[in-house]
Amino acid sequence: MNAPCAGRGALIEARDITKSFGQTPALRGASVAVAEGEILAVMGPSGSGKSTLLHCLAGIFPPDSGEVWFDGRRLDTLNEAERTRLRRTAFGFVFQFGNLVPELTAADNVALPLLLQRQRRKAAYRQAAQWLDKLGLGDKGARRTGELSGGEAQRVAVARALALGPRLLFADEPTGSLDSLSGEKVMDLLTGLAREQGITVVLVTHDVRVAAYADREVMVRDGVVTADAGTVRT
Amino acid sequence: MSVALTLLGLLEREPSYGYDLKRDYDSYFVRGKPLSFGQVYTTLARLARDGKAVAGPPEHGDGPERKRYWITETGTAEVDAWLSRPAEPEPHLQPVLFAKVLLALMLGRPAGRYLDAQRKAHLKRMRELTRLKSAGSLADTLLADYGLFHLEADLRWIDITAARLSELREMARTR
Repeated sequence: MNAPCAGRGALIEARDITKSFGQTPALRGASVAVAEGEILAVMGPSGSGKSTLLHCLAGIFPPDSGEVWFDGRRLDTLNEAERTRLRRTAFGFVFQFGNLVPELTAADNVALPLLLQRQRRKAAYRQAAQWLDKLGLGDKGARRTGELSGGEAQRVAVARALALGPRLLFADEPTGSLDSLSGEKVMDLLTGLAREQGITVVLVTHDVRVAAYADREVMVRDGVVTADAGTVRT
Repeated sequence: MSVALTLLGLLEREPSYGYDLKRDYDSYFVRGKPLSFGQVYTTLARLARDGKAVAGPPEHGDGPERKRYWITETGTAEVDAWLSRPAEPEPHLQPVLFAKVLLALMLGRPAGRYLDAQRKAHLKRMRELTRLKSAGSLADTLLADYGLFHLEADLRWIDITAARLSELREMARTR
């Protein structure tokens, strides 16, 4: 409660949501709103509920109570198939461990979700090559991702997420497994490209240096969004 | 750290003699570098001159003559404004932040809120430095990195202190 809310103008918003796992409450009335084009860092100590908040916002699982709104419509009341479709078409994801297929090449990994969206093979690979190039990996398309460095693999994960043209990108500890310099490169590219493309970003991190790439940050403590560093841009 | 404001804060807690203020200041706020009596009395005289504290009449006891000091409304407002205002984010702030947090707890003020405000000010500065890095030369990047690492250290201190506020409140109450 007492959380920052953008009200009108928010692309995504959680309103007083709760979520428990068994007897353990993870969210206890969390509210947050993110304006279109904004990069929001969600910070908090381990176990504070910040990743659960991201999962509820992304429709990965519904909250026990409260509401989640995306682009003016309720997300939490959609059925699983509708939420999956939304995640495929409007959301992009980058996780701490890129979740790439290590046996496939970088180009395959980026093209795969495009092919699943029934894009033609040639167009999908052309698009994949363009995104790999933007991420500074133009010469790595034919390499298996299992052979890439951690930083390069994470940039492939960013390329894969952005290639789908999402309106909203969720990044959960995207540099958590990287050294400082590789992490900086990932964040520079991720936030630079998101701003260039007007993509809204929800960035979960416990690292203040990563949060400093955002426009604004909120704190999650004990399942509640407790601190806000400013107002939502509308 | 501002000696004058810290002494003023101690006066808000309770009217005190210079000797008591020095003892409390040395015991709570410094380690190994005590205030001189001269500095205490000069500071009290200045606070009285500026209307932030008033001295009572000379008192005669067993020892030398002494005066008790009270904080004024102006002084209380000054302490309040100082505690509420985040310090300029810069390296090596710890003594100032520590003094503010401890005084806030002694005076029953919202120490957690002050830490949040300071956190916000630090993160704002970190955002500015991060933008400078993205747009600047390698030299700018290295200078920004220096600032970022120091601010990060402060923030870690702020977080750990926030987690220890109950413990610290107890200490401020019992010593």
